[in-house]
Amino acid sequence: MMRLLNLAIRNLYRHRRRTALTALLVMTGVLAVLAFTSVSTAFKSAMVGSITDSMLGHMQVHRKGYLASIENLPLHLQIQPKAMQELEAALDSTPEIVAWSPRVKLGGMYSDFQETTSVRVNGVLPEREMATCTELVDRIQEGDKAPLERGQIWLPDLLARGMKVGVGDTGVVVATNLDGAVNGMTFEVAAILESVTGPGGRDAYVHLEDARELLRMEAPEVSEVAVRVERFDRLGTAQDKLAAALSGITNQKGDPALELHDWKKLSPFSNVVRSIDLITLFMQAVLIAVVLVSVLNVMLMAVYERMREIGTMAAIGTRPRMIVGIFLMEGLCLGVLGAAVGIAASFLVVWIMRMVGVSTSFGRKAELVLDPSIAAGDVLTVAVVVIAAAVLASLQPALKAARMDPIEALRHV
Amino acid sequence: MTLIQADSVTKSYRVGEVSVPAIRGVSFRVEAGSLAAFIGPSGSGKTTLLNMVGCLDRPDGGTLQVLDTDLSELSRLARAEFRGDHLGFIFQDFNLLPVLTAYENVEYPLVVVKPVPPAERRERVMSVLESVGIAEHAGKYPDQLSGGQKQRIAVARALVTRPRLVLADEPTANLDSATARSIIELMREMRDRYETTFVFSTHDTRIVDAVEVIFELADGAIAQTRRQGAAA
Ligand SMILES: Nc1ncnc2c1ncn2[C@@H]1O[C@H](COP(=O)(O)OP(=O)(O)OP(=O)(O)O)[C@@H](O)[C@H]1O
Ligand SMILES: [Mg+2]
Repeated sequence: MMRLLNLAIRNLYRHRRRTALTALLVMTGVLAVLAFTSVSTAFKSAMVGSITDSMLGHMQVHRKGYLASIENLPLHLQIQPKAMQELEAALDSTPEIVAWSPRVKLGGMYSDFQETTSVRVNGVLPEREMATCTELVDRIQEGDKAPLERGQIWLPDLLARGMKVGVGDTGVVVATNLDGAVNGMTFEVAAILESVTGPGGRDAYVHLEDARELLRMEAPEVSEVAVRVERFDRLGTAQDKLAAALSGITNQKGDPALELHDWKKLSPFSNVVRSIDLITLFMQAVLIAVVLVSVLNVMLMAVYERMREIGTMAAIGTRPRMIVGIFLMEGLCLGVLGAAVGIAASFLVVWIMRMVGVSTSFGRKAELVLDPSIAAGDVLTVAVVVIAAAVLASLQPALKAARMDPIEALRHV
Repeated sequence: MTLIQADSVTKSYRVGEVSVPAIRGVSFRVEAGSLAAFIGPSGSGKTTLLNMVGCLDRPDGGTLQVLDTDLSELSRLARAEFRGDHLGFIFQDFNLLPVLTAYENVEYPLVVVKPVPPAERRERVMSVLESVGIAEHAGKYPDQLSGGQKQRIAVARALVTRPRLVLADEPTANLDSATARSIIELMREMRDRYETTFVFSTHDTRIVDAVEVIFELADGAIAQTRRQGAAA
């Protein structure tokens, strides 16, 4: 085995320029894949972070059927107090969950006594909401970042600008409750919120109790509960645990009363994430093709050039299997070399990107600085794929060499 | 003891539609411990015959036995094994592996073809390198050696597995006549030392004085057999 390796390395070294060129080609492919993956992963996590931390939360719990008609904010699909109590217990007993925030959502009209426009309102408990959506306060463009108090409202900037409303102004929110009764409440504008792409990105915020009062809710119902987990990368575990706990919460008919969705189900941005993943996959396919073609080419050349050597080896009794081994080993070394150089180059490039600082803007959220890094798993995958492709590409030339008739091979000039 | 026994061996090549006879019913015997040569002009069939004896090719007709083995019955893999186990080869163009040193070239069959434990391997390689008088060049690569030195390395490589029979197709064709003679002389010495049978081919009638058995080939048939010197 060591002998084979030694032989392979010497033969590759014999044609060092060609070997270097092939390694360079493989390196370019590896670099493209790893650098792209690292940037796109950073981009994804920045985007996802911005969406989940500024409005969505990592997961949301609703009464069964709410999400299907969430655009209407249906008032008849609220989580009832009894289910809410059990939900609270489930949330508090799941250690992966660090914060959760109950919301009462409603659609209404906002009037500054001159103009009227429709508005979606989130009634929240300010401290809980801020603990769950930690970047919500960062969206405050005007006004102070203190928690909402009763009688105050945070308005989305699109609405505020359109109506020329500023901090300190007062306005009325009018809403129709479940019984069809119309009610209005006066609020003081405490802050203007930057709008964010995605559902809930243009919502106004009031205190939970104000929202209930506006809707004349008799029982403490809740429209949705936003949930924050401790480790976003282990969201799946937390989600599974919570889902298991929720399946025990049933309505009078014995069916599950609640539904749980993660951010992917709640935000159209998950489609962007999927596209990025698709592009990554495509680039990996290109990488494999590059490795296959370049290694195949080089190994075929090697077999043609070394025809006489192959004939000699075969004539003196080298078994065909061993000849296959000699060429496969050479392909393997080529793959290892290309992968190693490519991975090293990728780390270098990502390091440079971190030094220079790569940023992006997304929606109206400007200048998101990306934090690209290369995951160990990606390195391993790319290395395995490249090396396997290199060996695979050498297989045909190696078999060709082994099957050659020694007399024919020896006669070759 | 008879090492090679050929009876009415024939071989023809297909060239397109037609079949061109290269060996037309050749019968001969080579005794163990001989130094034998096939001589004849170009196209007389020397290479064709040696390839068959060397188990690289199969006769079309007749029987060819080497070491009491009927070569026409062996499969491809069995022929490779037979060559590795019992035969040694020396080539016209030396055919050393260019990426290996002289030492490693000689060692190669003991690593890849007929594996031997490292300590014994070292000893055998060094001893055979000394026999061919090239031990001081052991660390050099083929392209740092002269033709005669390369052919000595090739002789050492052929001998290191201790084969019963060494075959050489025109081993001196790429050497000047003095060096050619020294290689024939070396084969003779090696025959004496290792009791290995050497069979080679040449078209050069001047170098065959040292040879004991000479088969003269002409147009695919043995025109004359001469025994001289020790065997005469
Ligand atoms: N692969 C082949 N295809 C067709 N004909 C062949 C082939 N090899 C040899 N021959 C023919 O067989 C005959 C014997 O050839 P061979 O190579 O055995 O002669 P040789 O004595 O070794 O000649 P040389 O001294 O030139 O090497 C010649 O007529 C040659 O043209
Ligand atoms: Mg010939």
